[in-house]
Amino acid sequence: MSGPLRPDLAIIAGHVAPGSRVLDVGCGDGTLLAALRDRQGCDARGMEIDAHNVAECVAKGLSVIQGDADKDLAFYPDDCVDYAILSQTLQTTHRPDKVLDELLRIGRRAFVSFPNFAHWRVRLSLLWDGRMPVTRLLPIAWYATPNIHHMTVTDFRSLAAEKGARVEQAWFLGGDREIGSTAANLRAEHAIFLLSR
Amino acid sequence: MATASIITANDVLTLPELALDGGQTLRDVKVAYETYGTLAADRGNAVLICHATTGDQHVASTNPRTGRPGWWDRMVGPGKPIDTSRFFVICANVLGGCMGSTGPSSLAPDGQPYGMRFPVITIRDMVRAQVALLDALGIERLHTIAGGSMGGMQALSLASSWPERAARVLVIAATGAMGAQNIAFQEVGRQAIMADPDWQGGAYYGTGKAPDAGLAVARMAAHITYLSETSLTEKFGRRLQDRTAKSFGFDADFQVESYLRHQGLSFTERFDANSYLYITRAMSYFDLAEEHQGRLADSFAGSPARFCVVSFDSDWLYPTAVSRRLVHALSAAGAPVSFVELSAPFGHDSFLLDVPALDRVVAGFLGQ
Repeated sequence: MSGPLRPDLAIIAGHVAPGSRVLDVGCGDGTLLAALRDRQGCDARGMEIDAHNVAECVAKGLSVIQGDADKDLAFYPDDCVDYAILSQTLQTTHRPDKVLDELLRIGRRAFVSFPNFAHWRVRLSLLWDGRMPVTRLLPIAWYATPNIHHMTVTDFRSLAAEKGARVEQAWFLGGDREIGSTAANLRAEHAIFLLSR
Repeated sequence: MATASIITANDVLTLPELALDGGQTLRDVKVAYETYGTLAADRGNAVLICHATTGDQHVASTNPRTGRPGWWDRMVGPGKPIDTSRFFVICANVLGGCMGSTGPSSLAPDGQPYGMRFPVITIRDMVRAQVALLDALGIERLHTIAGGSMGGMQALSLASSWPERAARVLVIAATGAMGAQNIAFQEVGRQAIMADPDWQGGAYYGTGKAPDAGLAVARMAAHITYLSETSLTEKFGRRLQDRTAKSFGFDADFQVESYLRHQGLSFTERFDANSYLYITRAMSYFDLAEEHQGRLADSFAGSPARFCVVSFDSDWLYPTAVSRRLVHALSAAGAPVSFVELSAPFGHDSFLLDVPALDRVVAGFLGQ
């Protein structure tokens, strides 16, 4: 019923076990949740900050709570889902480290995807122009962007290690295609991690 | 009126008796209700709509007392969010009401009106009467129970006490427990009624006098709580009523004063003062967590229903914070729940007014 998923969402959907319980934090209009429910029989729930998006989700028959990842994850019980998903949202939170703690408390596993700020185009922009980069994945000027905590693949790995989280798997995207992990911090525009406690 | 043509039935059910939370049993209990649309052969398309404090069963038909369209006419009807060409919609006047269901103005077995002899009832007692109505209609499981404000409390009460009776529970601008501020406002209303000498200890029926002044003040105070500062300012500001200068007296100089007086007065033409006492009392007693040692989540343990909770950003009577508390309890109970705070300028009354986003949420939730 739904069309093809955004590449990072397709990777996440492809690695969620059918029939599992999923919480998508920052679920937008519910595209991933609907796919997980319809194609994989998941118990798929979401949290989303924007009221219009929540209304969209409700209209799709999804169970989505309007809430803020920085504040409202605390109300979910421990271990209430198999996977917590945070796609393209970590860099918009006030305290990414605390959000990560919550994800791994609520779910035994967590998918986290984010734009890599160490991609060579971003580096070039900073190096040559001396300007905050505006790229395909980071299209909004520094003063208006919701992305307030930019991070790199290496930053994320070290945060995960600090938290004692295990990186079960990682995927990297360049353009909209999956690329190998060699020099990922330089080559990947976008990274997806599957973490476990 | 086009709206009247969609009524399928306008009827009164009589229950031989109804046991109440307070320990008493009412006899010959009448439940006045309306239905719209057609009940499907599998009886799976029934939607029970619960009305708010001063609402009634005329959800989408012309109100016979006021001549005005039904109170949720914009939401309920053919092709509307609660689509009567698809759903069999039921709406009953609550127990304690004054629009045909048994209440304090009804005759007791001794042939005299109950007045204050009417037992104090609870929200669950109201729901109990509606569950009896569902039994009489042969409806085991509702497609949806829906309500705003006190209607939302009834929906929650059903979900908590009769969890198998509804597949979906839609709660708009409501709460799992009445807070101190709301209890306080309702006490003001009741005291205004009881301070009116024409109230006569509640035995005013047949005396040619009724506590209209007290009831009007109760309504005026309550009406303010249903609106928002923004909507009052936009609607009235400091504009004067039919005059160019202040009177230096106590007439309704300001439009907002005149409006409130009119609201109060016209309310007395359609509502019984004792019903107002009993219904607001039931609301102030409402606390779903009370029977669960204060743990609201336990009220919904094992509930098989899906929930949708809606609040409005300008509603200060049932603010978003109380809806969130409810949503967190439902989440903790493992119930599938959606929640959205909609932006609307009309305060608590937003659930009755033109808020297209609410239409989308309601249609979407029922459409599943």
